[in-house]
Amino acid sequence: MTGKILTRARSRHLYGAAMVGLGGILLLFLVLPFVALLLDGGPDSILRGLGCALTWPALRLSLGTSLISVALVVLGGTPLAWWLARSRWRSARWLEILLQLPVVIPPAVGGIALLLAFGRRGLFGGILERLGWTPAFSVVAVIMAQVFVSAPFYLQAAVQAFGRLDPNLLAVARSLGASPPRLFFRVALPLARPWLIGGAAMSWARALGEFGATLMFAGNMTGKTQTLPLAIYTALELDIHTAQALSLLLVVFAFALLLFLRRFNRGAEITRRLATP
Amino acid sequence: MTGDGGRLSLAVQATLGSFSLQASLEVGAEPLALVGPNGSGKTSLLLAILGLRTPDHGRIVLGDDVLFDAALAIDRPTEERHLAYLPQDFGLFPHLTAIENVAFALACGSEHARPRQRRGEALAWLERFGIGNLAERSPSRLSGGERQRVALARALASSPKALLLDEPTASLDVEARVEVRAFLSESIRSLGLPTILVTHDAMDVEALASRVAVLEKGRVVACGLLRDIRKAPPTSFAGRLFSSSTVPGAGEINNPICNERVNHN
Repeated sequence: MTGKILTRARSRHLYGAAMVGLGGILLLFLVLPFVALLLDGGPDSILRGLGCALTWPALRLSLGTSLISVALVVLGGTPLAWWLARSRWRSARWLEILLQLPVVIPPAVGGIALLLAFGRRGLFGGILERLGWTPAFSVVAVIMAQVFVSAPFYLQAAVQAFGRLDPNLLAVARSLGASPPRLFFRVALPLARPWLIGGAAMSWARALGEFGATLMFAGNMTGKTQTLPLAIYTALELDIHTAQALSLLLVVFAFALLLFLRRFNRGAEITRRLATP
Repeated sequence: MTGDGGRLSLAVQATLGSFSLQASLEVGAEPLALVGPNGSGKTSLLLAILGLRTPDHGRIVLGDDVLFDAALAIDRPTEERHLAYLPQDFGLFPHLTAIENVAFALACGSEHARPRQRRGEALAWLERFGIGNLAERSPSRLSGGERQRVALARALASSPKALLLDEPTASLDVEARVEVRAFLSESIRSLGLPTILVTHDAMDVEALASRVAVLEKGRVVACGLLRDIRKAPPTSFAGRLFSSSTVPGAGEINNPICNERVNHN
């Protein structure tokens, strides 16, 4: 009897140790790099890194291009998602899957694909060149690469948001005489807004961190196409503490974004509860 | 406010997977209750009338308007059908206050009216239903009965030519049901619009409808006066539905509606 209780107690201890141990190892592994990023070298070397000539052009370019990218993604992605969410056309489901492809392919592949499509010798590059426009290895290419890799994040969130709207609300709006634009702007858009903003934020984070496709399609020219992630790559060859400082900049942006999303999700959760009585 | 008694008549056939719906109905000033077990096609029929589901064959006519005619390839979009649709959970827009919900309907009708003028008109609608004091509340802060009133005010503000109610009391608690039934019954009668009511609840049928159509597996198996359907239920479902509802007083609720039917004819 007592032996049995002891065995049970021991197996419970073993269970507890295994859970804490395994989880703890992963936790440490995930946290330690951030600790090192923050502490290594001390504040002086980080400040010196921030003073590097690469920093400010890259920061300006990154913020500018990623914000333009998100604006473009939202501008085109919202109508596309609305159509995808409402389409009963079977091909729309396939299109949805296809549009998720940039999420799962390596960004470098995206860069090659962009080069083959819009590069000087690409499939459509000739047409573009005759029109006097060669996007590859320019700021435009930076934005194109960012839109390409970040759009799926927004699209997925937006398709889900529109698909989750109570069909009864849309039916009622239409029965009241709401025209398609009124249905979209006055009902669908306000109700889906929390998720659209969440999707746009994720999309912005992806655009800000874009590296592979940018390197392939836009190049790594300081002051022209060198975004923060590319500057980190370049700085690594000069001085690791410069790379560290630039990395910390990106961590700060990402962390602020996460805090914003958390607060925002709480708001969205309340809205969702209201929308489904 | 008694309507001129336009009629809603429909004869539709629709196939949805293995399910086939085939129904002919005619609704005038006497409210018609559509009853039947789950999956009998009540909702599909409602969606077809609303224009949210396209039948394969048939014709739907409301007053002088042909809403749908498969042979003539007429299929008016939902927003041009002038139907008031009240879904089970009332369908109030959660991001708008009560008065904004009503103003939404007004804005759909007249794009040119000034927002201020619309607000005044919306408030008048709410006051008509005794809820002017709740104008600035958001739907989440309204009781079930109050939501139903806002929903009806909003529906009527769009000047509909017919009324479609889907389970109007199903999402209410018992006390609110009694109140909403009395209120709806009065409203429906004073409006005189062709009204179709989908319900599972015999009390709803008795309080709100004077004719009953019994649906079974996508077919209308019986259509007639409530009295007659109750006396000789055509299906076991109809039998069960009305046997449980023969509560004392039900007849008294029923009589005035039948009398009104006589008046109308």
